[in-house]
Amino acid sequence: MSNDLMGDTWIPWIPFLPFASALLHAVLIGMLRRSLSPRMVSGISCGAVAGSLLLTCVSFAEMISLPGDGAIQERLFSWIGLGVGSAHFDADIAFRFDALSAVMCLVITGVGLLIHIYSVGYLQQDQRDDRGFQRFFCYMNLFIAAMLVLVLADNLLLMFLGWEGVGLCSYLLIGFWYGDREKAQAGTKAFIVNRIGDLGFLVGTLLLFWSLSESGTPTMSFRGIEGALPVIVASTLSLPAWLGGGEFALANAIGLCFFLGACGKSAQLPLFVWLPDAMAGPTPVSALIHAATMVTAGVYMIARLSFLYAVAPEASTVIAWTGAVSALFAATIACVQSDIKKVLAYSTISQLGYMFLAAGVGAYTAAMYHVVTHAFFKALLFLCAGVVIMVLKHEQDMRRMGGIGSRLPWTRRWMWIGVGTIAGVPLTAGFFSKDQILVASYAAHEVPGHIHLYWMALTTVALTAFYSVRLIYVSLYGTSQVPAEVRREIHEPGGLVLWPLGILAVLCILGSLLGVPQLWGDLELLRVEESNSIHHFLARVVAVGEPHELDASTEWGLTGRAIAMFALGSTMGVILHLLRPAWADWLAGKLSFAHRLVKNAYYVDALYRGLIVRPLLAASDRLLFRWIDVRLIDGLAVMGSANLLRGLTDGLLKYTQVGLAQVYFLVMLLGSLAILVYLLFESGA
Amino acid sequence: MGPYVEGHVLSWVIFLPLATGLALLASGLLLRLVFGSPGLPGAVWRAIAIGSSGLTFLLSLVGVWGGFDPEQIGFQLVEHGAWLPEYGVHYFVAVDGISLVLVLLTTFLVPIVLLSSWNQIDRSLRSFVFFVLALESGMLGAFLSLNLIQFYVFWEVMLIPMYFIIGIWGGSRRIHAATKFFIFTLLGSLLMLVAVLALYQINHEQGGVWNFDLVSVTKSDALGLLDTVIPLAGEGTPWWRTQHWLFAAFAFAFAIKVPVVPLHTWLPDAHVEAPTAGSVLLAAVLLKMGAYGFLRFALPLFPNAAEDFVPLFLGLALVGIIYGSLVAMVQQDVKKLVAYSSIAHLGFVMLGIFSLNVPGLTGGLVQMLSHGLSTGALFLLVGVMYERRHTHEISAFGGLAKPMPVFAAVFGIVVMCSAGLPALSGFVGEFLVLLGSFQASRWVSVAACLGVVLAAVYLLGMFHRVVLGPVENPENRGLIDLDWRERTVFIAVLIPIFWIGLYPSPLLRRIEPAVLELIRNMDERRVSAPARVPEHPSESPRLEPVPDGATI
Repeated sequence: MSNDLMGDTWIPWIPFLPFASALLHAVLIGMLRRSLSPRMVSGISCGAVAGSLLLTCVSFAEMISLPGDGAIQERLFSWIGLGVGSAHFDADIAFRFDALSAVMCLVITGVGLLIHIYSVGYLQQDQRDDRGFQRFFCYMNLFIAAMLVLVLADNLLLMFLGWEGVGLCSYLLIGFWYGDREKAQAGTKAFIVNRIGDLGFLVGTLLLFWSLSESGTPTMSFRGIEGALPVIVASTLSLPAWLGGGEFALANAIGLCFFLGACGKSAQLPLFVWLPDAMAGPTPVSALIHAATMVTAGVYMIARLSFLYAVAPEASTVIAWTGAVSALFAATIACVQSDIKKVLAYSTISQLGYMFLAAGVGAYTAAMYHVVTHAFFKALLFLCAGVVIMVLKHEQDMRRMGGIGSRLPWTRRWMWIGVGTIAGVPLTAGFFSKDQILVASYAAHEVPGHIHLYWMALTTVALTAFYSVRLIYVSLYGTSQVPAEVRREIHEPGGLVLWPLGILAVLCILGSLLGVPQLWGDLELLRVEESNSIHHFLARVVAVGEPHELDASTEWGLTGRAIAMFALGSTMGVILHLLRPAWADWLAGKLSFAHRLVKNAYYVDALYRGLIVRPLLAASDRLLFRWIDVRLIDGLAVMGSANLLRGLTDGLLKYTQVGLAQVYFLVMLLGSLAILVYLLFESGA
Repeated sequence: MGPYVEGHVLSWVIFLPLATGLALLASGLLLRLVFGSPGLPGAVWRAIAIGSSGLTFLLSLVGVWGGFDPEQIGFQLVEHGAWLPEYGVHYFVAVDGISLVLVLLTTFLVPIVLLSSWNQIDRSLRSFVFFVLALESGMLGAFLSLNLIQFYVFWEVMLIPMYFIIGIWGGSRRIHAATKFFIFTLLGSLLMLVAVLALYQINHEQGGVWNFDLVSVTKSDALGLLDTVIPLAGEGTPWWRTQHWLFAAFAFAFAIKVPVVPLHTWLPDAHVEAPTAGSVLLAAVLLKMGAYGFLRFALPLFPNAAEDFVPLFLGLALVGIIYGSLVAMVQQDVKKLVAYSSIAHLGFVMLGIFSLNVPGLTGGLVQMLSHGLSTGALFLLVGVMYERRHTHEISAFGGLAKPMPVFAAVFGIVVMCSAGLPALSGFVGEFLVLLGSFQASRWVSVAACLGVVLAAVYLLGMFHRVVLGPVENPENRGLIDLDWRERTVFIAVLIPIFWIGLYPSPLLRRIEPAVLELIRNMDERRVSAPARVPEHPSESPRLEPVPDGATI
């Protein structure tokens, strides 16, 4: 801690640059209705992100030059500060640039910049409306700013600000074409499902704060919480009788609450339903937000709180199982989708499942490594899909594609690299990061059922290879279903679109250098200076459990299995989609029930709608509103009593209005007398 | 500011609007009687009223906010004068952190409301202007009064202009709505009056002097009500004198105003029928009067009773949050939807207040402020829609983002603020309330978090149905976006929304000492055992006043 660099740093400017750009655009189009030219807009927006990237690099260099595990810290001002003594609550606007946030910042600004540049080319082909163009970059910049706040935040509450901020931008960008009711609906759905997750985040924060406060160390900052870890470990939570009573370790309770938040943001079971719908947004958005960065926020949060999860075994087990099941579940769905973006969306859920599996078995650095490699290859795949969609005039159904690979030579090459990386061709970045997760889950003896987890993950390898191969063959090769007149006009877009693809493709390959396993590093062939460097780098911040020693032969065996699974999956893909397409149809016909089930994502969406949404709406409308509110409270109690009173007045009291002054006087006299008598008794008693 | 204003800044703030209103009336009378002219046109009245209420805002900003010392505990800028001194009715105004923010909210919103009701008031503009100004004085007086009779007078004074605003400029069922509003409020306030009188008598029994002041200014002559020990139910205590009954009477009046479910049904009617100005002031300020009453009177006067009622009120607050949200979700009328959302938001306020701890009470106040801004803005937006389309039916709209992009942007920000998005004011209040209530009752707090989810459902649902989607109704195609007058209004509202969301410290720094003082007051005044009424009243030792009850 003493190694930290405090004050007068560039850190606040990293999120502030894109924020300023977003603010400028927002004021211009939101209030003044003045739009800048697309050239200006793209210059400002890309420039802001490039500036962030530059500052991140500078800070990165500064940070690694600090001795030990020093970090850069900057506190701006107190955001919400309150209370005295043990109820003292303080959340600052404070940023901390350490190894974990550095990695995330590099990914966000790096991949973010590439996607910004790509978007310039993409939207110019797509959008004639200058204001739409500017609005798009306004939201994108705001997203980058919010995401950077999320990863740089020094305390939970500021992280929540970023957390909700990215949710907002995701909402805005999914519904970017708001004129389309379905697209706007998809945005709303994403926001609401995320909110359900945020419930967990909020409750977790409250639980954490009051537990710390009871023990006299109220704090919201991550290092403060880490410092108070012994207190958390020692505390338990007594469950109420209706939950069976008994005691529950506090760390587990908090861990589960935050994991609910992660499930929402990272689209894991059971809260994954929003991500496939989120594909309604423009494709660069899907690449940046719904694949490369925002959806990994959940994984980032768990890595950030890894010290807590390291002492929360039950919560970790839940995470591992959720991750593995989500990985397998989503991979099966990805195999039968026909919308190219939906395939990628389910694939994202599946890859995120891998990351949670890794985090659940304690391999937090492996999870983060997969975050990084996934950002590269998934962004690449989405952007390639974007090119295909663009040249086919917004056609997203793969059944109406095919045979256009020859017209798109560069896109085709980059896409092959993306497919190879996600499928796990040996020596690519995706191969190594997935391998680490497989090995970690195999070796995690302390997690109940870790062998099952391993097998699920391994099966997913085959499915991943299958759907990736299917993706590229069906969309680019095979018999073309594209109308001839569209096909004639297909030509590959210009450099603004292609260069980012190329850079991402290079990163897919070079990303492997970050995490070459010990095993491969030891080979003469590769000669890596430091094996698994990302692991050692992140270990400064992220919890690293006891290393599970596996002997080399076991490990080679595991690697062999992974490669075999990859080979199996891709061969099946080639057979069914290139060599014998008829077999695929035959198979789908034979298994029509299962095929329908999987194709409709196991009807989870319909289930939620039927079991939760509709009954809730109906009950609110008929029971609460029409019956209780209108009839019972207002009709019976309020108006009923009023009418009763009116009836009484009409029926009885009107006879008291006799119109004779004498009678009134008498009544007045009697009344006064009664008061007098009362007062006399009162004072005399 | 002259020296005269400086010593009486609160009186100036309270009476400037009413004085302007009366002066305008007098000018009208004079012009008519003496010169036979029809008087100044309504537009001039409105301009003068905007100027005067703007001046009031500046005065409250410079004089009250600026003159308020956050380091000092207790009431400040005190003015105390004789009114009916033999009955203990004084003119007594002062401000603390709690009333400070509400006064600013009020003075801030009145010019905005006047500025926004440009085209909607199609008849008797002059009377309308007068009623709004009278209402402002009534509200400010109620927030600043520390004499119970004076408070009661302002409380009722507030009621009359609002009754007319709804009843004259309202929608088709305006008479029904206005009457319902009036009777509901009156019912509560009469009960409160009875309790006030009982309190007065107990105070007299203990201090020997008749006094309605909440705190005593000069300790020697009279006990303030906050120095009185109010007995609990005990053997032989008349029922109307126990803390619990008195608390219940106060609480009933305030709960109607908040409103707490199930006393809420006047609110949707009043909101739907009221003109924009009425809805805005009703939601933003008048509802706060109830919550303010709890903070200023019901809690510190009757701490034992308040604590005994905590489970009930936490429960009712939770019911308000969930019930209000669910019912809001299925509304077909924008105004009704916002009205039910107010019930849910005020549920959060009540949750914070009855947490009875620093974060809860502070959060409750911030939430009051934020709700005033965001719901006020929502009603203003609905007013904009109504001016253009003459309907509040949600189904009549859809796709407004296309013809009215600036409107859509403002709507979006306000909706997000109302849904409690961090960096906007709604989050600060909501989070602090949850923080406070979590300490008071975990499960209630966790259940209240559900309200955060539901808020997103009904607010985004409304946004979706009104602003997004295709323009299906041809009448919406040519709608005109916000003009510069309207933009000014909304920019003015958005500034504090962002400010409180991003940098609430100046606010929290002023509220917190007042809240601590409230908690300390309750702790000190807690009666440990039921106060027993001795058998021979003539020999009864006077209950000793709590020394140093409230600092002035």
